[in-house]
This record gives sequence, C-alpha cells and structure tokens, in this order.
Amino acid sequence: MLNIDSIENGIVIDHITAGRGMRVYELLELHKLDTCVAIIKNARSSKFGRKDIIKIEGVGDVDLDVLGFIDDHATVCVIRDGKILEKKRPRLPQRLVNIVSCKNPRCITSVEDVDQVFYLCGGEEHRYRCQYCEQLLSEEV
Amino acid sequence: MRHLIDPLDLSREETGRLLALAGEILDKPRDFAHCCEGKILATLFFEPSTRTRLSFESAMLRLGGQVLGFSSAQSSSAAKGESVADTIRMVSVYADIAAMRHFKEGAPFVAARYSKIPVVNAGDGGHQHPTQTLTDLFMIQRSRGKIGGLTIGLCGDLKFGRTVHSLIKSLVRYEGVNFVFISPGELRAPGYILKEVVEPSGHPWREVRKMEEVMGELDVLYMTRVQRERFFNEEDYVRLKDSYILTPEKLRLGKPELAVLHPLPRVNEIDQRVDEDPRALYFEQARGGVYVRMALILALLGLAPGILEEA
Repeated sequence: MLNIDSIENGIVIDHITAGRGMRVYELLELHKLDTCVAIIKNARSSKFGRKDIIKIEGVGDVDLDVLGFIDDHATVCVIRDGKILEKKRPRLPQRLVNIVSCKNPRCITSVEDVDQVFYLCGGEEHRYRCQYCEQLLSEEV
Repeated sequence: MRHLIDPLDLSREETGRLLALAGEILDKPRDFAHCCEGKILATLFFEPSTRTRLSFESAMLRLGGQVLGFSSAQSSSAAKGESVADTIRMVSVYADIAAMRHFKEGAPFVAARYSKIPVVNAGDGGHQHPTQTLTDLFMIQRSRGKIGGLTIGLCGDLKFGRTVHSLIKSLVRYEGVNFVFISPGELRAPGYILKEVVEPSGHPWREVRKMEEVMGELDVLYMTRVQRERFFNEEDYVRLKDSYILTPEKLRLGKPELAVLHPLPRVNEIDQRVDEDPRALYFEQARGGVYVRMALILALLGLAPGILEEA
C-alpha cells in the first residue's frame, strides 16, 4: 500500500468516484496552487471498492459547486492541526457558471464574450442545459 | 420591462390575454391604427427571413408606428465584428422595441440582458421562434374556439422542427390536449421532449407512422416539412415522403371542422389542391401572425395595460 503523509492543515477530498480524480483536479484548478497537492488514484475503499482521493495542503476551502457537479458522492474534510475540523458533502449545484463551456457550435457563447451558464434540468440524471441555447451538457465527467 | 425570448416567458394567462387582444385587433383594426404613432420598431435580422420580418414590419406600420433595421448580418455592424451586446445597446438609443433574428442560438437572450428596450426573439437558429408559437396558438384558438380539450396531430419532421418543439411546450399548459405524433421513425419527436415535457404533463400521447391512421380523430393537424436532407439515404426518403404529404384524398378522412395548420413555407408536404379546402387554414394563420405581433408590440410597449404582469 502506497503511503501519502497525512496533512496538518488543509483539505482532503475523499470518496471521489474512481477515475474522476484528475477531472476534479482540473476543474478545481489545483494546478494553480503552489502548495503540496497529492492525488491518489484507485485507493481501496470499503464502501465503493475503489476511490480517488485528493489531499491539498494549506487550503481552507474548495468550490463545492464545482465538486458537486463533477462528483456529488465525494466528501470534503477540512483538517486543522492534524484533525478533522469539518466534513462537508457537496450538492448538485442548480447553476454552473464558467465551469464548463457549451459545445454547441450554433450557440451564441461560441462567438460572444458572455458567462457560460448551465442550469440543472434533471437532478436524478445530473442533466444540465445551456442557459442560452438549451443544449444538453454532454461532457463526460 | 418585459421581453419575449421563449414562448414560456409568457404565462398561460398572459398568453390568453394577448391572443384575445390579437383577436380584437383583427376584428377592428381601425381602432388600433394610431396606437404606436411616434414609436419605432427595429428589425434586427442577422439572418434573412422575408416572412417574419415583413410580418413584424407590417404589424408596426398597421399600428401607426415606424420601422428601421437591417435584413442580413452583412449589412449590419456585426460584419465589422460588433457584439450582440453592443449592437442592442446602440439600437436601444434609436428605437422603442426590437425584433431580433439571429443565426446563433441564444443571441436574443443575450440582447435582452443588455437592452434598454423590449426585445422579441424573431427566431434564433434552430432554437426558438416564440411569435410563431403564439401565431399557432392564436389560429388554434380562433378556428376551434379553444386550445384545451383538443386532439392535436403534429405531422412530419418532429425531430428538428423548432416550431413543433415550442408548440408542444406551450400546449402542455392547456388541459385535455391529446397529442398524436405522426412521423417516420427517423424524425420522431426527440426523447427529451417526450420525457421532460409531454410525459410529466400527464397528457395522453401516442406516435403513429401514417396520418391516414388517425385523420378521423384529429381536431387540429399541424403539418411540417419533411426535408430530404434529414434522411440518411435517398431510398428512405422516397419510401417515406408520401406518408407525410397531405392530399385531398387523405383530407377526406378528416372531420368537417378539422383545422389544418402549417408554419410555412410549404414545399410539397401539402398538395396545392388542399388549399381550396375550407379546413386549410395555413394562409389565414400567416395573416393572424401580423395581428399577434401587433398585440405583442402593444403589450411590450405598455400600450395595452393589463395584458402582461409587471416584470
């Protein structure tokens, strides 16, 4: 078993669906951080069999909307002085603003400099539609 | 200030009042001939569309107002790269209301966010065409005396036809509508329309392949064009196209009070011999579109109090 040091202060995003860790990393823009970030892929999980985990040192919060959009099964543990201070579950956000882009070439967002906005239209199936052209967000997350 | 970007921007009650006003104008056009004196409609057509643009212009002129605008992106500042947001900011200075057609879906939605004057979506790509939907509802109401409680057949290209999708979304708001979708398998109504719009409404619906199967049941037959380019191969098109052409022989199976509608332009999906039948109402429908747009202009300019709720 690979060991990654536990963090003193920061955030652990646990129970990420196996295989989605890199997507979480990208959309949370963790590459922009200059602190220590560890991604653990395919860790053993008693609940799910396998899971991904991300540990971020020295950060107090993450965008739960973004996380909820990618994986609302994940949990966020805020660590202070080596102990879990708080556990949070992201929810499926009602709106996504500038998180993903509309892929419809006929959409006005392909030419006009406006916010990329999607709204939740089917909670159970995680379906989002573009606010402008109503195209279903088909992005594989 | 209100805009009309999606047919559902108007509540069912507002739609009802607007259609009633359109009927009043149709019956007594002289009473409304000077209502918009001193007002200017801007027709911002980034994509050519003769009928819709002329219908808007005719509506404003019949109200005593004036019209300015352009009829293609090449003759607008868009050719120089101006954004929709900047275009509408400028037009807000020149006119009192704007009708916008754009090849990009959602362009009128963007315009409405930056506009100081009411914006009407006059068609945005393959997305929405709300004044066509209002015209369709107006003609159903006018010909059948009501919109609810009718068996409505939608025939032809139900997959790509934007007028059909908008009409279905509006019709589910009326009680007792019974939907019959008549199309080849290749051009069925999209799954999301059935799953997100029709099924949750609880309205009965079914799909059939041939209009002859259901002609005798229909109160309204809404025809659309089956376009050759929608088919994967020529054989399928040749095999299927006749099933979706309305002929006098097929119309003979229909009720005497059936209303045959079509958003136009018609190509070959309605035999020209059908035009003489009193049940063929599609040209009357296009005429109604002018009165619907007149009513809409009055309502959005605040010149017909009580039609729209405050924004």
